[in-house]
Amino acid sequence: MHDYLIAVFAYIFLYTIVVVSFNLSFGFTGLVNLGHMAFFGLGAYTSALLTLHGTPWYAALLASGLAAGIFGAVIAAVTVRLKEDYFQIVTLGLAFIAIAVSRNWVSLTRGALGLPGIPDIIRNNLYYMLFLFAVALASVIILYWLTNSETGKIFQAIRDDETAAAILGKNTYAYKVLSITISTFFAGIAGSLFAHYINFIDPTIFDLEFFVIILAMLIVGGLASVSGSILGVILVSILLSAISFAFANISPQLIGAMRQMLLMLVLLLVLVYRPRGILGKVDV
Amino acid sequence: MILSLKNVSKSFGGVQAVNRCTFEVKKNTITSLIGPNGAGKTTVFNIISGLACPDSGTIKLESKNITGLAAHKIAKSGISRTFQLTKVFRNLSVRDNMLLAKRASDNEIKKTLKSVHFEKPLDTIASELSYGQQRLLEIARALLMPHELLMLDEPTAGVNPRVRHEMRTILRKLRKEGKTILLIEHDMEFVMGISNRIIVLNEGRVLREGKPKGVVKDKRVLEAYLGK
Repeated sequence: MHDYLIAVFAYIFLYTIVVVSFNLSFGFTGLVNLGHMAFFGLGAYTSALLTLHGTPWYAALLASGLAAGIFGAVIAAVTVRLKEDYFQIVTLGLAFIAIAVSRNWVSLTRGALGLPGIPDIIRNNLYYMLFLFAVALASVIILYWLTNSETGKIFQAIRDDETAAAILGKNTYAYKVLSITISTFFAGIAGSLFAHYINFIDPTIFDLEFFVIILAMLIVGGLASVSGSILGVILVSILLSAISFAFANISPQLIGAMRQMLLMLVLLLVLVYRPRGILGKVDV
Repeated sequence: MILSLKNVSKSFGGVQAVNRCTFEVKKNTITSLIGPNGAGKTTVFNIISGLACPDSGTIKLESKNITGLAAHKIAKSGISRTFQLTKVFRNLSVRDNMLLAKRASDNEIKKTLKSVHFEKPLDTIASELSYGQQRLLEIARALLMPHELLMLDEPTAGVNPRVRHEMRTILRKLRKEGKTILLIEHDMEFVMGISNRIIVLNEGRVLREGKPKGVVKDKRVLEAYLGK
């Protein structure tokens, strides 16, 4: 299989885990966690640091999910009581704090130099892509099952009307913390898999550029739909590849800027003409 | 006695919404809470159901002190309620709306929905229902949730005459079944027809309480509603 195609598929599977987990908090529970990628980065750094110090990859992978999930639970415990706008501002601030910490805690993260030499989980790219497919499939199955379970229905009830959920005996605070915890756990797992795929991470992992891609995938596919998220990942990935091919002769920096502009345009068009995205069940 | 409020007060900034409010609700009765706009009726409902915390006073459900408990704990203690502006889960199906109140079979859900004259399929998404249907769904959901006391906040507000008539039939049936209901309602004719007892609130205080016929003739009640 062509290396480029392997890379495209590998990214599709990585994005799938991130977007479906982002959908759990945003689409299903109504918690717009703008710092979702900070947990992805935390997972990447956790796994990189642990494996560089000799921890086996499977233990590092699990630790990444747990670190992101526990950190997510702590952040959620103090922020989910905030009203919607304030919650978004605080979680966006978290993304900036993550950038600042990764750049300035040089003794741990090597700052802007990043962490090179992160060991492979599987050396062969094709087999690693298949491994990513298996993890992405497992994540999708778990999150699909969760969103259709009683707990998932409570998440959706909180999104629709938190007061009504509370007077039906649901501890909405606990459920919101739970939703963020599960969502960030999977973001951490994806971060770990990403770090072992590209073998190098630096503070740019927390850049908003990456978040815009995730957001576009989620919005295009539609909120509160697992299949929508997968479709959004595929369509936006195709778009990103098409841009790279179409503008192959111009400088990579320009391609980056062009990708951002086109993604924003896609977001705008979807928000104006199809606020539910392609398969979404609720308006953005 | 199923519910008792003793000297319950609540203020918002400088506004005293509820002022040393004291009353009781007897088992197996329909008690209506009436009063002019701004009398504090909905605030009293919110305090009882845990959506607002009283500044002072005590609320007991049977012998249990529920003052200041979180809404979900009060709900589990046995208070079920509806809202003045309907609060159904708009993006969920009728079935899911009902299941959030209680794990129940389709048969039980259908039976409860039928008891409030709701006839749409269980898979209908709540946002696709008319406002009147959403009201009936909300009442059915409140009925399905295990409860000792059912609190209905203006169940006839904003619904057409047909649903209003159905609502009266439903409440009469619930009274016959021995349900305990605390009701806020503006429609006096509606209240007079179904209530065992009426409590009149004005400026956050209990102005008068008693049987419907006595209350409606009270000069102070008429003044509170119509002015001097």
